[in-house]
Amino acid sequence: MIPESFEYHAPQTLAEASRLIAQFGQEGKILAGGHSLLPLMKLRLASPRHLVDIGRVAELKYIREDADKIQIGALTTHYQIESSELLKQKCPLLPETAREIGDVQVRNKGTLGGSLAHADPAADWPAAILALGGEVEARSESGSRWIPAQEFFVEMLTTTLQADEILTAIRVPALPAHAGEAYVKFAQPASGFAIVGAAARVVLDDAGAVAEVGVGITGVAAKPYRAAAVEGVLRGHSPTAKRIAEAAAHAAEGVEVNADLYASAEYRTHLAAVYTRRALEKAVERAGGK
Amino acid sequence: MSTKLLGERIKRKEDPRLIQGRAHYVDDLKLDGMLYMSFVRSVYAYARIKSIDAAAAKSLPGVLEVITGADIKDQLGLIPCAAGMEGLKIPKHYCLAVDTVRYVGEPVVAIVAKDRYTARDAVDKVEITYDPLTPVTDPESALGKDSPRVHEEFSDNLAFVAKLEAGDWKALEADSTLKIVKQRLINQRLAPASIETRGVIASYSLGEETLTVWSSTQIPHLLKTQLAILTRTDESRVRVIAPEVGGAFGSKLNVYAEEGVACYASHRLGKPVKWIEGRRENLLGTIHGRDQINDLELYVKPDGKVVGLKCNIIADLGAYHQLLTPAIPTLTALMIVGCYNIPNVWVETKGVFTNKMATDAYRGAGRPEATYIIERGMDLVARELNMDPVDVRMKNFPEPKDFPLALPTGVTYDTANYQKTLKKVLKLAHYPTLRKEQERLRKKGKYLGIGLSTYVEICAMGPSSRMPAGGWEFGMVRVEPTGKVTVYSGTSPHGQGEETSFAQITAEGLGIPFDDVTVYHGDTSVVQHGIGTFGSRTTAVGGTAVFRATERIRKKMARLAAHRLGVKPGDLEFRDGKVETSDGSKSMAFGDVVGEAYYARQLPPGVEPGLTEQYVFEPANYTFPFGAHVAVTEVDAETGEIALRNYYAVDDCGRILNPLLVDGQIHGGLAQGIGQALWEELVYDENGQVVTGSLMDYALPKAHQFPWFDTQTTETRTPVNPLGVKGVGEAGTIGSTPAIVNSVVDALQHLGVRHIDMPLKPEKIWKILKTVDGRQ
Ligand SMILES: Cc1cc2nc3c(=O)[nH]c(=O)nc-3n(C[C@H](O)[C@H](O)[C@H](O)COP(=O)(O)OP(=O)(O)OC[C@H]3O[C@@H](n4cnc5c(N)ncnc54)[C@H](O)[C@@H]3O)c2cc1C
Repeated sequence: MIPESFEYHAPQTLAEASRLIAQFGQEGKILAGGHSLLPLMKLRLASPRHLVDIGRVAELKYIREDADKIQIGALTTHYQIESSELLKQKCPLLPETAREIGDVQVRNKGTLGGSLAHADPAADWPAAILALGGEVEARSESGSRWIPAQEFFVEMLTTTLQADEILTAIRVPALPAHAGEAYVKFAQPASGFAIVGAAARVVLDDAGAVAEVGVGITGVAAKPYRAAAVEGVLRGHSPTAKRIAEAAAHAAEGVEVNADLYASAEYRTHLAAVYTRRALEKAVERAGGK
Repeated sequence: MSTKLLGERIKRKEDPRLIQGRAHYVDDLKLDGMLYMSFVRSVYAYARIKSIDAAAAKSLPGVLEVITGADIKDQLGLIPCAAGMEGLKIPKHYCLAVDTVRYVGEPVVAIVAKDRYTARDAVDKVEITYDPLTPVTDPESALGKDSPRVHEEFSDNLAFVAKLEAGDWKALEADSTLKIVKQRLINQRLAPASIETRGVIASYSLGEETLTVWSSTQIPHLLKTQLAILTRTDESRVRVIAPEVGGAFGSKLNVYAEEGVACYASHRLGKPVKWIEGRRENLLGTIHGRDQINDLELYVKPDGKVVGLKCNIIADLGAYHQLLTPAIPTLTALMIVGCYNIPNVWVETKGVFTNKMATDAYRGAGRPEATYIIERGMDLVARELNMDPVDVRMKNFPEPKDFPLALPTGVTYDTANYQKTLKKVLKLAHYPTLRKEQERLRKKGKYLGIGLSTYVEICAMGPSSRMPAGGWEFGMVRVEPTGKVTVYSGTSPHGQGEETSFAQITAEGLGIPFDDVTVYHGDTSVVQHGIGTFGSRTTAVGGTAVFRATERIRKKMARLAAHRLGVKPGDLEFRDGKVETSDGSKSMAFGDVVGEAYYARQLPPGVEPGLTEQYVFEPANYTFPFGAHVAVTEVDAETGEIALRNYYAVDDCGRILNPLLVDGQIHGGLAQGIGQALWEELVYDENGQVVTGSLMDYALPKAHQFPWFDTQTTETRTPVNPLGVKGVGEAGTIGSTPAIVNSVVDALQHLGVRHIDMPLKPEKIWKILKTVDGRQ
């Protein structure tokens, strides 16, 4: 439980952080809340020579509304999201997801950006951001770009972020009328991470049919994914209990399903369907559908 | 007596320092020139060590010493096993592996360096080449003729066989009217996983030739003796201190390799050496608990009366014996009949070597297994005879008037009223209403389970004749010249709160304020003798010693006061800081009587100056607390998930000295017992690798997973000690495990489910539901 030695840097601004990250390249690592990185270092599964602690970069800590979008700074903690009145109104899926993460201490230290950049295949945030069709902003000394969530996750612990890029913000749509969102999770009893986590966002049209639907699933495969097959069955149809169940049955379609001490692939596949159904049922109910 | 303290809900003296993070654990202690130690541990379950190349580690700047098994083989003694039983095979257990490693995590090389980072870096630089052998991982096939042997010096893997036979089995087996209820039960391996891992500082002073050891231990005095033997140091020159200990649950009732090596290293280098266990080391290399296979047969009359119990026990001991490894499963046999006076008993216990960490005492130590066996058994009997589980239990309970009750297992239960606790918990849980709700929900396809457990356990360990290292306890009370009172106990509490309850005993006994009493324990130079804290003995045995020593102080003070007041000592009472006649007409301040003892100007003839008294209490018997629990669970028919909806517990631990402390023990105990039923399992794979080597994999119970516990008590005082207390440290853990399993099996009983092995993982339940669904 003792890491290898490293050098510690604490930049005050984003520009300074970007410069350090560019300078250290593969030898450097960004430290945000430290709740994924430090355990890895203590187990010596990660041994960066340089740690760039962005904790003092104030410009990365905010939650703001921007027309019909919500933008959140990467350093915003899980707890700040959980307790945000703005988000409870405008994007309730995020506080609902935050509540499912770890315990109070973890939520006070861990950050949204850190979790996404870490890309743990059983982390909670990816499911929500995928379901919302969100985007993440990556910045380096040479500029910035927005990456759609669906293109962001590559595989276990790997994203499309470049070594010199810092994840700076997350952008998601605000909740429109006749819309509902939900996150439900079957937690691994030891780690609390998701064996299955299913996030759903549903927007209904005037006739009560599904106009937009997003389903993000975590814990099931080597990376969190958007369940396109589930969405396809629902889109354009009235979200009856039967149709929701039919749709949810496709939750693990097309992915190679994980197996471990707590859930075989067969059981996980079953749980994915059940939890996806439950998330959709809640979301539809909240959207004012039946 | 006006200064009433016993029985009061008094806040713990320990808490302010613990809550504010100001207490000192081993790792908080820093000594001048202190060095740090780390271990290279075996990555194989079973292998020959071909070579150890430590050159690179030695040349790392800051590394002072690299120690191997060859270095200590003739310098340090063997790790002790205190269990004595006939024919027991005791393998040589060195502090560092010599030639062969026998479990994953076994210490092979120790490194001492100037700081803990360097010590840890050096671990990665040691090259060990192994010749892997086929490991023994399944205790049942380990008994087969063709099995590889864990120790080649022995003819097989059977460490011992213990038999218990009582009654008339010929007659029983000939009786065709009896039903035989059979079941195999698996009691899985668990990790004690205390929040504070183990840790030790050994400081050998080359000038004074003294060895001081700070260790996170439950048994400082026993450890002192054992380390003196192990390190071949004159015991008069050894001092062991248990500073604050952050949980132990039996896992620190031991003598460990790392303690021995730390002493050796400190002696060689003439500097203090610290070792703090990592969490992975803790899960791999601190003793485990449970791990038994139990084949049970109950012989039952048609009316539900159980007349015979047969059980084959296979206990997976691991590779080596720690202090009490072989003794633990024999406690299972001792308590196997539970609260029922079953006249015919036949138990055969086989202790088996495997290539795993040793099992040893873990909260309950043998009795949770016993309780699980008999309480699952009683539910199976109920099911077989189509009776309510309550009725089967009532049918088999002895009456309160039957106590003391000598049992065929060789123990004599002191006193009990099992009917009373059971009735009380049924009322608390609204049992009949619950059963109706269950019926209603079943019709809707919802599975509600109601699980019962009525347990008895064995505490206050124990009479010295039955204990491996003495069962007495030491207590001393000293009234200081200022009138403050110091209590010394040979027990070694580590979270249970006896600094509070012992102060209550003495303050009430002397009629002085609670805050005037300070309790010391855990330092062999401060407390003269002691056995330690385990087996729910601290208050019943150690508290009694303090109580008796307090009585001796009273006696002496009464004599001094009587001499001054011109009354008889027997006329005097201790109350409100005074020593006075019952009508208050003749009175002396407590402090003035103390002055008499210390200034010693007018002592009665034959009375020595000073005011210190001690007492060593030797218990005549164990005590047997009991209780009745009801667990209400809901099983998700779709996913197999279990929700624990309510937990009701009525426990009887004899007289209650402080209800707050009892609540604390019960709540924590319930969490651990429920943890075993639902989540915890230390898993070795077929190669002997630990699958659950981190808390990301080993599922310790967490507060948010529990409902509020509805707990109540009854008080049946024991005649075994003058306080009337029985013990409560392990009761919650012992009673709760079968209540949960009985509850979940009850939820699914109507689907034909008869038994499910622990832990009750949702996937297991889901698979069962899938197979029984068709039958529905
Ligand atoms: C006990 C415990 C329980 C937990 N339970 C859960 C749970 O139930 N669900 C869950 O989802 N998570 C859980 N977590 C993980 C937690 O949410 C972490 O906080 C989160 O995964 C990482 O965020 P962080 O800010 O701590 O990142 P860090 O640990 O600081 O960093 C993680 C990785 O991301 C990189 N990084 C961080 N910030 C940036 C950035 N802005 N740009 C680029 N790269 C960056 C780092 O270099 C590092 O590689 C748990 C953690 C612990 C310790």
